[in-house]
Amino acid sequence: MDLRTKYLGLELKNPLVPSSSPLSKQLDSLRQLEDAGASAIVLYSLFEEQIEFDGMEMDHYLEYGSESYSESVSFFPQPQEFVRGPEEYLEHIREAKESLEIPIIASLNGASAGGWVEYAKRIAEAGADALELNIYFLPTDPQQPIGEIEETYLDIITEVSRTIDLALTVKLHPFFSSLPSMARRMVEAGANGLTLFNRFYEPDINPEKLEVEAELDLSSAFESRLALRWIGILHQRVRADLAASTGIYTGRDAIRMLMAGASVTHLCSALLKHGIPQLTRIREEMIGWMDENEYESVADLMGTMSQKSCPDPTAFERANYIKTLNSYE
Amino acid sequence: MKRPMVTIDGNDAAARVAHKVNEVIAIYPITPSSGMGELSDEFSAKGEKNIWGTIPHVVEMQSEGGASGAVHGALQKGALTTTFTASQGLLLMIPNMFKIAGELTSTAFHVSARSVATHALSIFGDHSDVMAARSTGWGMLASGSIQEVHDFALISTAATLASRVPFVHFFDGFRSSHEVNKIHELELDEMRAVIDEKHVLAHRARGLNPDKPVLRGSAQNPDVFFQARETVNPYYEACAGHVAETMERFAKITGREYRLFDYYGAPDAERVIIMMGSGAEAAQETVEYLAGCGEKVGLVKVRLFRPFSITHLLEALPRQVKAIAALDRTKEPGATGEPLYLDVVAALVEAATSGQLEGAALPRVIGGRYGLSSKEFTPAMVKAVLDELGRETPKTHFTVGIIDDVTHTSLEVDESFRVPKEGMVQALFYGLGSDGTVGANKNSVKIIGEGTENYAQGYFVYDSKKAGAVTVSHLRFGPNAIHSTYLLDQANFIACHQWVFLERFDLLDKATEGAVFLLNSLYGPDETWNQLQRVHQKRILDKKLKVYVIDAYAVAKKAGMGGRINTIMQTCFFAISGVLPKDEAIAKIKGAIKKSYGAKGDAIVEQNNAAVDMAIENLHEMRIPVELTSQLELHPPVPSHAPDFVQKVTGTIIQGKGDQIPVSLMPQDGTFPTGTAQYEKRNIALTIPVWDPDTCTQCGKCSMICPHAAIRQKAYEGTQLDSAPETFKSIAYKGKEFAGFRFTIQVAPEDCTGCGLCVHVCPAKNKKEPRLRAINMEPQIPLRETEAANYDFFLALPDPDRSVVKVKSVSGSQLLRPLFEYSGACSGCGETPYVKLLSQLFGDRAVIANATGCSSIYGGNLPTTPWTVNGDGRGPAWSNSLFEDNAEFGLGFRLTADKHSEYARELLAGLAEAVGPEAAREILDAEQDSEAGISAQRERVARLLDTLATIDNPQARQLESLSGNLVKQSIWIVGGDGWAYDIGYGGLDHVLASGRNVNVLVLDTEVYSNTGGQMSKATPYGAIAKFAAAGKPQDKKDLGMMAVGYGNVYVAQIAMGANDVQTVKAFLEAEAHDGPSLIIAYSHCIAHGIKMGAATDNQKRAVKSGHWPLYRYNPARSRQGRNPMQLDSRKPQLPIEEYMWAEARFKMLAKMDPARAKHLAALAQEAADERWARYEYMAAREFGGGEG
Repeated sequence: MDLRTKYLGLELKNPLVPSSSPLSKQLDSLRQLEDAGASAIVLYSLFEEQIEFDGMEMDHYLEYGSESYSESVSFFPQPQEFVRGPEEYLEHIREAKESLEIPIIASLNGASAGGWVEYAKRIAEAGADALELNIYFLPTDPQQPIGEIEETYLDIITEVSRTIDLALTVKLHPFFSSLPSMARRMVEAGANGLTLFNRFYEPDINPEKLEVEAELDLSSAFESRLALRWIGILHQRVRADLAASTGIYTGRDAIRMLMAGASVTHLCSALLKHGIPQLTRIREEMIGWMDENEYESVADLMGTMSQKSCPDPTAFERANYIKTLNSYE
Repeated sequence: MKRPMVTIDGNDAAARVAHKVNEVIAIYPITPSSGMGELSDEFSAKGEKNIWGTIPHVVEMQSEGGASGAVHGALQKGALTTTFTASQGLLLMIPNMFKIAGELTSTAFHVSARSVATHALSIFGDHSDVMAARSTGWGMLASGSIQEVHDFALISTAATLASRVPFVHFFDGFRSSHEVNKIHELELDEMRAVIDEKHVLAHRARGLNPDKPVLRGSAQNPDVFFQARETVNPYYEACAGHVAETMERFAKITGREYRLFDYYGAPDAERVIIMMGSGAEAAQETVEYLAGCGEKVGLVKVRLFRPFSITHLLEALPRQVKAIAALDRTKEPGATGEPLYLDVVAALVEAATSGQLEGAALPRVIGGRYGLSSKEFTPAMVKAVLDELGRETPKTHFTVGIIDDVTHTSLEVDESFRVPKEGMVQALFYGLGSDGTVGANKNSVKIIGEGTENYAQGYFVYDSKKAGAVTVSHLRFGPNAIHSTYLLDQANFIACHQWVFLERFDLLDKATEGAVFLLNSLYGPDETWNQLQRVHQKRILDKKLKVYVIDAYAVAKKAGMGGRINTIMQTCFFAISGVLPKDEAIAKIKGAIKKSYGAKGDAIVEQNNAAVDMAIENLHEMRIPVELTSQLELHPPVPSHAPDFVQKVTGTIIQGKGDQIPVSLMPQDGTFPTGTAQYEKRNIALTIPVWDPDTCTQCGKCSMICPHAAIRQKAYEGTQLDSAPETFKSIAYKGKEFAGFRFTIQVAPEDCTGCGLCVHVCPAKNKKEPRLRAINMEPQIPLRETEAANYDFFLALPDPDRSVVKVKSVSGSQLLRPLFEYSGACSGCGETPYVKLLSQLFGDRAVIANATGCSSIYGGNLPTTPWTVNGDGRGPAWSNSLFEDNAEFGLGFRLTADKHSEYARELLAGLAEAVGPEAAREILDAEQDSEAGISAQRERVARLLDTLATIDNPQARQLESLSGNLVKQSIWIVGGDGWAYDIGYGGLDHVLASGRNVNVLVLDTEVYSNTGGQMSKATPYGAIAKFAAAGKPQDKKDLGMMAVGYGNVYVAQIAMGANDVQTVKAFLEAEAHDGPSLIIAYSHCIAHGIKMGAATDNQKRAVKSGHWPLYRYNPARSRQGRNPMQLDSRKPQLPIEEYMWAEARFKMLAKMDPARAKHLAALAQEAADERWARYEYMAAREFGGGEG
């Protein structure tokens, strides 16, 4: 069975790419993912804001209370050197590249205009095979003009793609007013791929404790529908590789995404919930399914059920909603 | 060749040499010497090698006794070895010092000389410690300047190797150890050239070696000990010569000349001062000025005090000298004089009788004391001494620098005398500890000292408080070397970094005419004038000051720097002081920012650089009106209703004028009244808690956690509210024991430090607006007046009846009046809530032995004490002995209490007929296990005293004096982990083993907090501390289980922030246990690198992760056939990493060495799992045996 696929200019042995998760933090688990059959790995995100915050926080706490009292003019030894966030991350890329044969896709969440470019450059230098731009802004200010956030997205992509040679994918959220238009503009700005979708931690309210809680909730298979629709719509409408993220638990789930038009399928919750061996199972399920349904390669099924190719294109649109409701009658 | 110059403090100057010329360094932290050990540890951690190319081992020991033992051992094995110490630390080394000298062993100890505790502890500088060690047979070399500290560190080492006489190289604590000055740094080749390699090899060859075995340290008998003791004489006779030779070699190599006694002043001087240490620098400055004016005065600086070389002294003295004043920085009550005086007298008499004076007349010698505990020693005082020498009958055994109106020893000083300071910038900065002023000034001294040709000096004065501490920075800059070893008494630049200081201090009294005044003002350049107090306006007009204002907090906020105004104010100083051209200064500040913060991130560098630019933009010169307009006066230091002693002594100290208090006003034996913190209203909180009665559940948590007793609760009868202020809040009390009462939670607005812990622990939420709790922080200033009135009313409300209060509950315990209030501990301190709880539960009958450390400082550092009394005048009686002996000290309390109680009972039994058999029996058989029982016994004893007054009998008088012992007293032994785990552990162990009824409270911050974060044996795996710069590779000692091993010791491990109910239970059970009890209390600390206002979260994580399991081991239960071990926390659910990474002490390692951090975290996890399994097993054991 030929499971090969192309993504961001990389030849991958299959479309199963573990996405950014705690599993990518340790070299050991990276190796296990490779052994389980991952064709590439997206590393956890480097958060510029976190790095800067850590630096300031460290400075604050190491200095706090010093020079206040004769006996304790300081409370900590002077550190020789800090391994700041980027160094640790870059070293992780280097180590991963040395230890693994499969491509490593780094992920970056910048905070400042300079930060995106600077960190992207250093990630490229560290040897990453591609870069995922994990961009998100949550607008809460009613005074912020419509369109400003979109422009910020495009500026970042333009700047980074101008600076580095690496293939770029942008991890999107689904809340743009016109996703196809935004996707097209991102690709024009320099994105080689789009990842659908970024999944935010949604806050919850504890009514007894009167607290807002943000706990990790793994995605469900049902949540994959949102990505499925938009991949189906965007396939062949934008000149970019599409990656499906969210809610892929089984080989059949992965097949559905590939049929909608995804080049790769990201795995996260499935691996966190069932462990790394789940990746092998998904791969085997894919092979079994393709065998049973007489597909010889991933290329044979990719995009076959996208909006452009499927038997009923309107099913991807608003009518789909009406139909669904009607189906309960 | 241009030699390198550095701008460093004295500790740094000593350590930079000591680390290079030794192989082993064994230390124990003690102020003010700790810096030398810490720097040595950092040098070794960085891989810096000594002059022979190997990295010295630096080892922290459990006490100075231990350090000196390790040093002695290392020396005996042949290593070049040193230590650093001061004060009590040096005293603990004396036994080993006798041995080391007796064995003719080469070593040089570097001592930042500090007062030995007598009537009080003092961390400041004088020579009482080194003088106490002068009989050990060690050479003693005194440094006066920072350059000398650096140079003599090398000379003493070279000389000890040459002479085989061990050396104490000493310099003045704080004045020299902490003064920053510009010096020539010795290069490694220079050090190599000064130290003679053959002596190094000889030293090593004398080391114990099984290949060439010897025995050293024999026991000798009357037949030979004496003769053997005299064998060392040739070494001592040759020693001064070795030092002189070393100094000559040093001069050839470095160009800096020293002699055993150096002379300054007129060659034909008739009046000469002889002295040593930093004071000699001020004397040099004065004598050279006066000699330049034609006065026949001189100064002999003593470099080598031991062995004392009469010949060299005579060489240094001018032949014409008629009168000599020998000045000592120490006091020896009962002696015929202080040590240097006696030596000078003996030297001159010996010289005269042996004909060495060569016909010159024997000069008159007077002795005087100066500078005890860093008391200022100024040119005016030097002149007073020289003037005294010119009198016909000069005063001897005088003091200078104080007003002695009791035995009239003090000299009159003309305070207006000054040595002119041409071309020198003298700058004074008033700041808060928390605003970064001192750090910025240290940086400025470095910028000028190392970035320009100018010399620079910085000295920093802190007050006695840890929260809201006022700092005063004294900076001098100029083209010539600076010898002024005293504070600025005049300044041509003054900066006030905090507006509130204007309300309290006369800040401009030291301004010279035309000086520049920089003010951090909330008000703009036009408005500020009208907000100034009258005294400041007057000084500005009279002295024609130039005034600049900046709203530094607004700029800091805009620059995203929170409350850190250091960079902003530093920029302003450079912009207007004229010390450097403005653009050059700005460039240098930015360079320094890059150096300081570069490792922590670009953002923080950019933020500071932006603050520099914004500071310049927002700095404005104030237009000075021509007339005084203000009617505002300075706030009095204490209220007018404060007692006389507080007015005259405490208030004067608070005002910063303690130097003016005469001898007659000071207590003679170190005894002070308690209850004085209440008069020191510091108003340091920007925000204070405000109570919302409708949301409150009356749980008591806010009051319980408050480190400063600044939020309190009371239940009282509603009728009391008739005269309540309008804004006073109350609500119906919920408890049944005071049914129908009203209840109030009240903040002490002027005593609160604004830490926010109370709000953080408040579990109640306002249902309409859940962001609000039952208490919420609001700005202090608008509330200050009304809440102060409410607080006064609250305090006047009667305390609830202790015998009715449900003390076993958190809420109930908080209805008891705290007898520990408004301490100067750090804002949000993790120790003081326990200390306060102790005072609430048992304070009215407690006697407290307090180990030296944070708790003795916030408990007993002048001017005020938080220990106080209740409405009956009862309260904790408190004392501090030392650091190392606190358990034994407290046991002494118990022994006396037991003896006196026993004797009182014997007397009462003997007087039973006279006082009434029934009354006597009731007292002797009284139950005193409850508040009601205690109260009833007090009443009985009061009646007994009435009866005894009518009995004319010596036994009655004896019983009167002991009657207080018939009421049960509660003996508490309180201290930190440095005491309990390290220096005091041997004593603590013995006291726990004694079976006596003492209660030990260990405030475990897992680090030496008071001396600035050194590792203790309580420091856990992976925590970074001084002497554990790479993260501690061992786990903390399990002190609790060691005590459990005795079987009859009550042991509790508690963490108030995680389980306050267990905390209250543990205190009550420990006190009720008729035997030794040990409470180990997790105390979050500023040295953990955490958010102090949310530190209960850290406590919770410590418990949930299994780092700090909660338990109580109560031997009373085993007597009832029950398992004495009770676990009070659940099986660990949180990975220990989640506890660790939330604190900078651990996280710092993760940032420095992630792999090691992970490794140590894994070990910590293993240790926590294993610990829990062990405790769980102990708690689960079947405990048979039935009752009894």
